[in-house]
Amino acid sequence: MKRKHRRFVFVATGLAILFVAAALILSAMKESLVFFHSPTELAEKPELADKRLRIGGLVETGSVERGADAEVRFRVTDLENAVPVRFKGLLPDLFREGQGVVVEGHLQDGVFMADEVLAKHDENYMPPEVADALKKSGKWEHMKKTFERSGEQSGEQSQDSKY
Amino acid sequence: MQYFANPTRFMKLTQRLGPLFAAATVLLFGLGVYFALFFSPADYQQGESVRIMYVHVPAAWMALFCYISMVIAAAVGLIWKHPVADLAAKATAPVGAAFTFLALVTGSLWGKPMWGTWWVWDARLTSVLVLFFLYLGYIALNSAFDDPTRGARASAILALVGAVNLPIIKFSVDWWNTLHQPSSVVRLDGPAIHPSMLWPLLLMAGAFTCYYMWVLCLRVRSEIIAHKVRALRLRQAHGWE
Repeated sequence: MKRKHRRFVFVATGLAILFVAAALILSAMKESLVFFHSPTELAEKPELADKRLRIGGLVETGSVERGADAEVRFRVTDLENAVPVRFKGLLPDLFREGQGVVVEGHLQDGVFMADEVLAKHDENYMPPEVADALKKSGKWEHMKKTFERSGEQSGEQSQDSKY
Repeated sequence: MQYFANPTRFMKLTQRLGPLFAAATVLLFGLGVYFALFFSPADYQQGESVRIMYVHVPAAWMALFCYISMVIAAAVGLIWKHPVADLAAKATAPVGAAFTFLALVTGSLWGKPMWGTWWVWDARLTSVLVLFFLYLGYIALNSAFDDPTRGARASAILALVGAVNLPIIKFSVDWWNTLHQPSSVVRLDGPAIHPSMLWPLLLMAGAFTCYYMWVLCLRVRSEIIAHKVRALRLRQAHGWE
């Protein structure tokens, strides 16, 4: 084997080992690398409730109530489970019903006390007219796919297009 | 590839290619900016802020593209000892770092009005920040040795190890929950972006790519010339002339 062949084999095996090692580490750390949990995860794993955490989902349609002193109450849903959220402060511009949202805070007696609300938008970009046309023709999917739990339990809920 | 490993041939080729890339950059950038600012519509959700995309997304693509180029050049330099490959890797690093910085800054400026925050430590944003530090580390290590050959070898190994980060950046939005949304353009079921917005984006991406090629030609040429000057000085100092 010539020297450059030996170097090639060395670099190639080194990289292969490195990539496998990284894949193993990342899959072991899967749980801690998520930015937010879904309301269903919160319902299934009660141990999550003790810590400060982030919950992501859609702002449930018809759930937003504005109280006195800039307090907002709404429900975050992944179309299976929902968590009531209470927040006091400025909401991002994209915050609206049916919109993706990530809230940070802690759970208190079943109510999520948020101290930060971030808007999460999806990967679809289009002019307003196209969005209107899609809504009219009933082909509107919006953010539901993002927050539905990887299609495993997508029942009839994915069919209805409320917004 | 053997053919272009010869610096003289490379100089001849890039003497013609450089101005071509420069012209393409100016043309594509002019068209891209015009379409992005005046022809493309506002987004149904984000309104006019969506126009940040026409800088942010190409910059982020180039951050990855430059790193891939740098890794390939570094590997070729490491394995086959091609002198031009080492220089190409060295010349790419600051350009890639600049694109990464641009992607981070425009992303931050976009995140504040849309998400409601300048920065979050989600998997996508964090892995791109790591990419930026990899570029900086590469540049520092490359210039940390008196002997440029040793600097090239050490930094090439760093670049290769850092390549692990590339799939993490690309798939971070699919593997984990992130605040950053998944890919709109490079995905299996076709772009999720309206053609009226996709075209300006692709024009800008073309402009950014041509700019990189142009700057790469200039930088490698000046590196080759600097090497020649160094060799001449050495000869003079030793009285070999």
